[in-house]
Amino acid sequence: MLRATLKSLLARKLRLILSGLAVILGVMFVSGALVLTDTLNRTFDSIFADAYAATDVSVTAKPKVEVSEMEGEEVAAPLPASLVETIKNQPGVRSATGRVDTDGARVIGSDGKVLTSFGPPRIGSNWTGTDELMEMRSGRGPESAGEIAMNATTAELAGYQVGDRVAVLTQQPKREFTLVGIWGYTGDRDSISGVQEVAFTTPVAQELMLGEKGVFTSVLVRTADGVTPDELRDRLAPVLGADYEAKTGEQLAEESSASIKEGLGFFNQILLGFAGIALFVGIFLILNTFSIVVAQRTKELALLRAIGASRRQVINSVLVEAIVVGLIAAVLGLAAGVGAGAGLAALFSSMGGGMELASIGVPLSAVISAFVVGLLVTVVAAVLPALRASRIAPVAAMQDVAIPDRPLTKITVAGTVVTALGAAGLGLGLFADAGDATLWLILGGVLVTFVGIALLTPLISRPVVSLLGRLFSWSVPGRLGRLNSGRNPRRTAITAAALMVGIALVTGVTVVMDSAKSSLKSEAARILKAQIMISGDQGGPRPPTYDPAVLDKTEQIPGVRAAAGLYNDLVQIGGERQYVAATEDLAVLGQAYGTTATTLKDDQIAVSKPEATEQGWQIGSTVAIQTARGDERTYTVTHLFAENELPGSILMPAAAIKGFGITQPVLGFVRLDDGVPVSAVLPQVKALLADSPEVSATDQQTFVDAQAAQFDQIITMIQILLGLAILIAVLGVVNTLALSVLERTRELGLLRAVGLGRAQTMRMVTVEAVVISVFGALLGVVVGAGMGSAVARALENDGITEIVLPWGRMGTYLGLAALVGVIAAVAPAIRAARLNVLGAIAHD
Amino acid sequence: MKATDTGGPVAARADEIWKVYGSGEAQVVALRGVSADFGRGRFTAIMGPSGSGKSTLMHCLAGLDTVDKGTVHIGGTEISKLGDKALTRLRRDRIGFIFQQFNLLPTLSAAENIKLPLDIAGRKPDPQWWDLVIDTVGLRDRLGHRPSQLSGGQQQRVACARALMGRPDVIFADEPTGNLDSRSGAEVLGFLRDSVREHGQTIVMVTHDPVAASYADRVVFLADGAIVDELANPTAESVLDTMKRLDTLTDPVML
Repeated sequence: MLRATLKSLLARKLRLILSGLAVILGVMFVSGALVLTDTLNRTFDSIFADAYAATDVSVTAKPKVEVSEMEGEEVAAPLPASLVETIKNQPGVRSATGRVDTDGARVIGSDGKVLTSFGPPRIGSNWTGTDELMEMRSGRGPESAGEIAMNATTAELAGYQVGDRVAVLTQQPKREFTLVGIWGYTGDRDSISGVQEVAFTTPVAQELMLGEKGVFTSVLVRTADGVTPDELRDRLAPVLGADYEAKTGEQLAEESSASIKEGLGFFNQILLGFAGIALFVGIFLILNTFSIVVAQRTKELALLRAIGASRRQVINSVLVEAIVVGLIAAVLGLAAGVGAGAGLAALFSSMGGGMELASIGVPLSAVISAFVVGLLVTVVAAVLPALRASRIAPVAAMQDVAIPDRPLTKITVAGTVVTALGAAGLGLGLFADAGDATLWLILGGVLVTFVGIALLTPLISRPVVSLLGRLFSWSVPGRLGRLNSGRNPRRTAITAAALMVGIALVTGVTVVMDSAKSSLKSEAARILKAQIMISGDQGGPRPPTYDPAVLDKTEQIPGVRAAAGLYNDLVQIGGERQYVAATEDLAVLGQAYGTTATTLKDDQIAVSKPEATEQGWQIGSTVAIQTARGDERTYTVTHLFAENELPGSILMPAAAIKGFGITQPVLGFVRLDDGVPVSAVLPQVKALLADSPEVSATDQQTFVDAQAAQFDQIITMIQILLGLAILIAVLGVVNTLALSVLERTRELGLLRAVGLGRAQTMRMVTVEAVVISVFGALLGVVVGAGMGSAVARALENDGITEIVLPWGRMGTYLGLAALVGVIAAVAPAIRAARLNVLGAIAHD
Repeated sequence: MKATDTGGPVAARADEIWKVYGSGEAQVVALRGVSADFGRGRFTAIMGPSGSGKSTLMHCLAGLDTVDKGTVHIGGTEISKLGDKALTRLRRDRIGFIFQQFNLLPTLSAAENIKLPLDIAGRKPDPQWWDLVIDTVGLRDRLGHRPSQLSGGQQQRVACARALMGRPDVIFADEPTGNLDSRSGAEVLGFLRDSVREHGQTIVMVTHDPVAASYADRVVFLADGAIVDELANPTAESVLDTMKRLDTLTDPVML
């Protein structure tokens, strides 16, 4: 029995390769994601081990606001210079050096552009000499306030040499220095994993990076001989007290690495999610292939039954086939996944400024999941066809009967029930308060709905396919193609359903994003009274900022009514992290925003009404707020404003800004006097921003469009990631067509004999493919629009006020589906056209 | 020997055609220098035992297969030199086919199947001719049916109607009654003969059934890739006699 199975497997290599390809792609995605994260994890381990190699013990102030990797960079609280002296005098300490070492030193390159970074920080530090990791490449360390040194990576990116004048953006406005030294690291490295670093003299570093003289971010402690870092750390703990903590270099490396891994884990889950979708689509494809294989093997299986094979043996013969396909696909998918993981890791490293990758490893988890996924998906998909195979009566071996079309009643009833269940789950998840189960209800609801609709598809396919086909019926090949696509509703349906999944998800996301975009635009048009915005694109972990002095100068421009800046940060309120904003003068911000507000005193805050309701605050409530650098302080709520009447939800006074992690504004609003044209003022504001190259001044429309463009970016990303699911569905179309051509060899022979030309034959096959693909896309667009609208409606309270159906994009998806059909038809059509007429007629 | 049809214009002609399959030891010579004329308005049967090359001869004549040597003419056109495109057009416009089985497209109704070659060519059937053919084959009440709803005899009559509808230069029929019971077979053969007698249609039919051959005006006998005999105005008996004679002549070869 096993031998018969394997023989029949070999006889249908091509077909199984096609469906195996779906599994291979899915497995590749899964194992690629795992290989990538494994490699990156080990890379970051080694990077941080390196970065802290010269650190025995480091003392820092406990962060006042804890920030996770996803929220941005943690701001170290400042530490007084006196602490350095205290530590120096402890036994076991060989040396203690006060270090300024913080993100946010942005060098302006020789081309006038700010050096960007997509991962590694841009560190500003105080020069404390070289340690055993560093080596001077040229020049020396900075000795006076006007001098700086930088690491070789920064110098190369910026195009500077010793002696050049270099402008640097810090917490302070742009300032120019003379570059006096460039350093590198042992092992001929220009930086540690792409970090850009600029070193100032200690007082300058304190002023520019921390905004305050006489403070440090950390104290670097070296142990005396015979004392281990662990011992020294434990010895220092009681001296430091509760506000400061000492950690060994090893500990710091582990912690930094762990927080990066948290972020990578999230990334990993996204990749695995898309792999899941691809595999879900793959199941349709495999199910279809095995159904066809079983149908074609009817006589063979019946013969096996007739000569004494049991039902179980027939089931096993199909399942063994599935297992073999699954195993082979898992092996190939794993290999491809290792390759893809390595490629992505290389991409990641080059985007991250050239960090050195650890060797590519294949974690056990990747191997195990490759096989589990490969086998599970194929076997699950083969179960139904296997059961059907076992129901073939032995007598079928002797009869030459066409298998009658089974009625669609059962499958339709099942489809209705399953769709209803899925829709109910989705509805519950979206509109009911299901707590932690919400996400699972939504995801499960979507998947179950897809299965339900796939079950309903055979029924829908009859009228829709014949309607679609009419578009092509003007020619004989077109009509034949249309008739062929309607011949096997189940097969057409499952092929189209596979395409539906990808298209529906893309459409759904597009509907949500376009709705959000449109809501944002109309909302912005309603609330934004300022005609000119100052903003920049965020090119790294730190938002772009500008010199606040620009605002004062802007207010001097004739025709400007008000110019206000907005500062953002994370603070801690009652133990909870919370985003807040601040402005120099709320009265001015109010003017710029077209509302009236009074200046906040140093201990007053303004709160939006929804936020106040949520927090249970009212006018007069007192709130304790801990900023990143300042001390915790109590504020009184003195102003409540309607949502969107002012930006943000909690607005702090000017005095709070110096406690923020970033003490420069990230946004600016300029309101003009009535009747003053924007064009009269905009160039002047732009000129004022010449020293703040990270931001630019734009008119309101450009600003809103730029904000809205972010949604387009998300759509593009989703389209790329779902491309895999769609690619697999295309394989399904190819598969179905190849089988159709094979099954209808004699028909093709007949058609060719009575005069159908080669080109016409190809056109016939192409029409069949296009009809199937467009049908799938049509289903996807309709289902996606429905799901997307439901999600958008559920997000009404989160700012999606209008639902927009992106007709243009939906039309594009349909057009693309037609194109996909044409492409999928190429190989089968060529095969059909090349058939030897005589051989085809004689084909059995 | 060369089989020459007496008198009248020639609808199809084979001149010294050779057909060889395979190479080396596996080489099979299917046709060895066959020359034959098939007169216009005549019903010719090609007979011979399996392996005699009769089907190959028909396929070569019909442009379904290529010859290795020699020439084939349909009317005045030499088809042995035509490419796929021209051959397809030739089959569409000037040749009709009736196969032993699987003559019809299951997705199309009887009427659509009959019109198929004309549809492919983008032509409309002549309504009078259409009515005449449909009534002759007796399918008027079956035109809307799918092949799966028709009996074997009815299906073959649809195939006859399709072949006749385009009024081709030649109709090639490959064992058209091979799958039918004798009554349905007789009906189909009757149509074919009538279409020759009444409408001047040319038909070349391959068969191994002496009764079927007796409907023809002339029988050409093939054995071992060569024409060995021919018979004018055959009866079932005369065909059978000829076959028996040939049988003893070529016994060792034919087994």
